[in-house]
Amino acid sequence: MTDTAPPINAASAPTSGRSLGVRTKTYLYAALLIVAAVVLVPLITTALGGFKTLGDLRGNAFGLPQTWMVSNYTDILVSQRYWLQMGNSLLIAGLTVFLVLTLAAMAAFVFAHVRFFGSEHLLNYFLIGLMFPAATAILPLFIRIRDLGLLDTYWGVVLPQTAFGLGMSILLFRNYFRGMPSELFDAAFVDGAGYFRFFWHITLPLSRPIIATVGIISFVGSWNSYILPLIMLNSESKYPWPLGIMVYRGEFSTDWQLILAFITLTITPTIVVFFAAQKHIIAGLTAGAVK
Amino acid sequence: MSQIAPAPSLSVPASPTRTRARRSGARGKWPVIILFLPPALVLFTLFVILPMGEAAWYSFFNWNGYGLPTQWVGWKNYELIFRQGAFRNALVNNGLIIVASICIQIPLALWLATMVTKHIKGALVFRLIFFLPYVLADVAAGMIWRFVYDGEFGLVANIAKFFGQASPFWLADKDVAFYAVLAVIVWKYFGFHMMLFIAGLQAIDKSVLEAADIDGATGWQKFMKVTLPLLGSTVRLSVFFAVVGSLQLFDMIMPLTGGGPSNSTQTLVTFLYSFGVMRMQVGFGSAVGVVLFVICVSLAFSYKRIFMRND
Repeated sequence: MTDTAPPINAASAPTSGRSLGVRTKTYLYAALLIVAAVVLVPLITTALGGFKTLGDLRGNAFGLPQTWMVSNYTDILVSQRYWLQMGNSLLIAGLTVFLVLTLAAMAAFVFAHVRFFGSEHLLNYFLIGLMFPAATAILPLFIRIRDLGLLDTYWGVVLPQTAFGLGMSILLFRNYFRGMPSELFDAAFVDGAGYFRFFWHITLPLSRPIIATVGIISFVGSWNSYILPLIMLNSESKYPWPLGIMVYRGEFSTDWQLILAFITLTITPTIVVFFAAQKHIIAGLTAGAVK
Repeated sequence: MSQIAPAPSLSVPASPTRTRARRSGARGKWPVIILFLPPALVLFTLFVILPMGEAAWYSFFNWNGYGLPTQWVGWKNYELIFRQGAFRNALVNNGLIIVASICIQIPLALWLATMVTKHIKGALVFRLIFFLPYVLADVAAGMIWRFVYDGEFGLVANIAKFFGQASPFWLADKDVAFYAVLAVIVWKYFGFHMMLFIAGLQAIDKSVLEAADIDGATGWQKFMKVTLPLLGSTVRLSVFFAVVGSLQLFDMIMPLTGGGPSNSTQTLVTFLYSFGVMRMQVGFGSAVGVVLFVICVSLAFSYKRIFMRND
């Protein structure tokens, strides 16, 4: 569990000391199951729909496929475009995470430990970025990226994405760094370590939870992002999957069974990773909020 | 996912721990400042601050983005914005999304949070399921619901057929489409708000509730008189996120309706995209960006000042 979020997943968190009656319990489960169905039915029917024929879908959107059209899925899985899009998304997200972590940790270290003229104003300057979404400046951003010759490159997406992630990340890192016991700092200096050695040998190794949190926030944000790649990328070969899904739908406009298979395959990695690392992901994604 | 935070402490108070750095760090503090700060500073200035400033400048020109902006039009772009019916729709829609969040989503999230924090089997599984839509990309969620609402192959069509009714085409009906979109927003985001409330509930001191138990309070009384007042800061945070989320809603609208039919589902960002970016009206689009910026910043400041003062 990270230091930045309360133990959201702690299994035992009774709000009431009393045990519940059978009747209350029944109502409770009924309510929970209904909500769970509303959440899951669209997802399950999407995955099942990918196995159907179009005719089957028309009258039988809820049930199991009459014939399992596995080829809907396998055709996509052997196609280049699916893997290309996943690769593009992974590359863009990886670069973004690396840049955000590096730049934000370094800047936050200065804000946490070094005092200089104007340091507080400078931190507030970064926090301006928390107040508006990238969409507000999307046209000037497009022109800047174009004038830098970065249009239709991964960097055209990665750099603005990183820049807009810096405010939040610096804040999270700085708060974490400042929460470390100051004896560490004093001891290191007595031993003759400078700022750089302190950063590399003491701060970073102790910061794994916050690195994970910031990393998850940046990764999910980039993996799911749509508007920046939409505006900065032109060639389909560079499209991350959210753009790819839209193109795919444009091509197969009414072949819903294929579109559903494609959607299912594109969200599968997210769902698998979510269930595998749910504790960290939930903590990470709510950390920024709760702090 | 939201990239915006709840305007966290915008002015950072100096804390007494600062002195330790000053005492021991006297030697060699400049190398670390000079090496560690500029990369973030340059990137942030270049891609966040300058574009916002440029948006303000460009908004006074009629410009297609090529060459230099030369055709100064003064406030005309802003006048044009407020004369557009689509823009008024977008403003009203953004407002309605906030209202729906406050009236439907947040109570739902709070109600579910109180249930999944009880000592029941499977509570953890329910939490995971409810949080799942939040992790999915907005584009994917929008696409899935486009299928759900599809008048020929979708779930809604199948249900209508089952009851022998004609298939409704909700997303193509300008009087209904926006409510269909609202439902998707609630579906996508209630789990996030639920997690906020779970965190809030777990922070409540159990002994307070036990004291209420001893005083013979009913479950409802305990909730209204003890739990809810203690959740005040979480509710305010949750509302803040609903506002911020509404103001940047774009990804989900595009696969669902693209802002149509007849601009009935535009939001401020889809409006900016369809009328500024798509038509390469840099001046006009920048003006929309500035309006959005002013709304974001003034809401962030006033909300923080009025409601989150003590948090």
